[in-house]
Amino acid sequence: MSEHEYTPKSKAGKWFNDRLPLLTLGAHLTDYPTPKNLNYWWTFGGILTFCLITQIVTGIVLAMHYVAHADLAFASVEHIMRDVNYGWLIRYIHSNGASMFFLAVYIHIFRSLFYGSYKSPREVIWIIGLMIYLLMMAAAFMGYVLPWGQMSFWGATVITNLFSAIPLVGDSITTWLWGAYSVDNPTLNRFFSLHYLIPFLILGLVVLHIWALHVPGNNNPVGIDIKKPSKDTVPFHPYITIKDAFALLVFMIIFAGFVFFTPNVLGHSDNYIPANPLVTPAHIVPEWYLLPFYAILRSVPDKLGGVILMFSAIFILFVLPWLDTSKVRSAVFRPIYRQFFWILVIDVLMLGYVGAMPAEGIYLVLARVGTIYYFLHFIVVMPVVGYLEKTDPIPMSISEPVLTGGAEPSLARKVNDKV
Amino acid sequence: MIKSNIKLVFLSFLLFISLRPLQSAEMVDPIKVEWSFKGLTGTFDRASLQRGFQVYKEVCASCHSMQYLSYRNLGEPGGPEFSEQEVKAIAASFEIEDGPDSQGEMFTRPGKPSDKFKSPYPNVQAATAANGGAYPPDMSVLVKARKGGANYIYSVLVGYEDPPPGVTLDDGVYYNKYMAGNKIKMPNNLMDGLVEYADGTESTVDQMAKDVTTFLAWAAEPELEERHKTGIKVIIYLVLLTILVYLSMKKIWSRIDTEV
Repeated sequence: MSEHEYTPKSKAGKWFNDRLPLLTLGAHLTDYPTPKNLNYWWTFGGILTFCLITQIVTGIVLAMHYVAHADLAFASVEHIMRDVNYGWLIRYIHSNGASMFFLAVYIHIFRSLFYGSYKSPREVIWIIGLMIYLLMMAAAFMGYVLPWGQMSFWGATVITNLFSAIPLVGDSITTWLWGAYSVDNPTLNRFFSLHYLIPFLILGLVVLHIWALHVPGNNNPVGIDIKKPSKDTVPFHPYITIKDAFALLVFMIIFAGFVFFTPNVLGHSDNYIPANPLVTPAHIVPEWYLLPFYAILRSVPDKLGGVILMFSAIFILFVLPWLDTSKVRSAVFRPIYRQFFWILVIDVLMLGYVGAMPAEGIYLVLARVGTIYYFLHFIVVMPVVGYLEKTDPIPMSISEPVLTGGAEPSLARKVNDKV
Repeated sequence: MIKSNIKLVFLSFLLFISLRPLQSAEMVDPIKVEWSFKGLTGTFDRASLQRGFQVYKEVCASCHSMQYLSYRNLGEPGGPEFSEQEVKAIAASFEIEDGPDSQGEMFTRPGKPSDKFKSPYPNVQAATAANGGAYPPDMSVLVKARKGGANYIYSVLVGYEDPPPGVTLDDGVYYNKYMAGNKIKMPNNLMDGLVEYADGTESTVDQMAKDVTTFLAWAAEPELEERHKTGIKVIIYLVLLTILVYLSMKKIWSRIDTEV
């Protein structure tokens, strides 16, 4: 919170603010002291908010024309594409928007991993963020089912069948999820209902995410605690808003490139074939953003084991703040961890790649190696490296190494080069 | 530091991608055609679309439905752009079942531009039964529903060959170089001079295959031309706005001793 108490200038504003301090909240949001050294990796929070709003707005319009029925869903999507005014644009924004949303969220998560933003005192922000990520995956999966194409149907069949691996009650749970004895019209109906619900749950969690962020304030590339407000901070508006706007616009150019020039490149062509329970596609693959987890699932020969490992891959992230033993946040000052961070990035990309390939031969080997490394990174590398690593010297404040360059010029240069 | 690492990540990702050919070595890649509708400013060849519609109507339509298209689409901008009279005449050449009337009876009437394309069979089962157990897929979004898109459709149309020695085919199964598994139940329907083009173009197999593929590409993406046109405008607008915002950002941040 800003130091000074905010008082509205107008009488009406004061009257209202005394009853509901919305104006105080607005003033807090504009004055919010933000580290002045945030780089462009920090602009993805704003970009993600934009993605969420875009998905909600386009989704509401699509729902006005979409029909959630096994016999009509595919045709209603074609109706949107052909007969609704700018229906093709709205649908392509929505379908590509999901991919852009995940692209942004992955950058956001890896930024957090690199700069140690999940560490004390920001564990709750991290955990809420992961809950948002989980809900995003659920929403995206159910959204992909709605056009009722071949990949919709068979993707839904594969994923819902995972629950049948649960001992004793697995089959009952799967039937309960389906609302039938296979993926069918009741499944489509409930997926539509939940697909409409989840974004609003996400919106609520986003409010909590930002609220939790505003308690300790932003982490920063140097990863040190800073005094707020001070020479090291700038007010959120206009400094961060204009920077976020710039980054968002660059992001929107890429987004528009997909929507207008290759709108189907991120989807699977089989999803333009209407769902057919009697014909199984040659390769059932989920959307690209779920592929790393799909690779982990398929790397285990046992169904239940695969399911457990896949969910563990996500849930292990929840305890990450306590697995990381390092006292230093930013990887800029952690020479060993920094190398492991990039190995993890390559590992996840590789898992994503083999997830799209048939689970056989070299791909299965790569998937297994990748899966083992993924877990080793969190269970072994994070605690051990944090404990043993000799970190680089950390500056006292963001501006100090620059301003007191005379005292320790080598350090000042070092910090400037890296950040 | 970070930049060089990003490069490393990118390179290793390219390495994974390059593994791909190992996997799909058995499949023959479709022929690459320089379609007029490819690229950022691609548009359809109007004459080719009209010829393609003729091939569809005279050859494909006896087995394949196109249930998501209406006759009026044929006159809309960005498509074959038949004139209003032509569209009405095309529609009227089909007998469409309508009803029930006030007596509860179904009846037929000449088609109207607002009608959907008439399907050759009443349902999927009838289509399957009439075609040796293979359903001739609806062609409305066929180009989007096949990996390789227009190139693949064109390749299959011209990809019929005698089976190589050692390959025996059942009755009603044909050998096709580009079809997945090389076996296709659709016979080779195109032969030189099969249709008589109104504009005098010579109707070679290659010409007809290109024309009908162009028509199918439009049918799958009737918004393509508008999408490309709007896209260019949107990108130009966004780039200009980005430059303005960038300059504003530089100005605002110049008050601070940090660079953005």
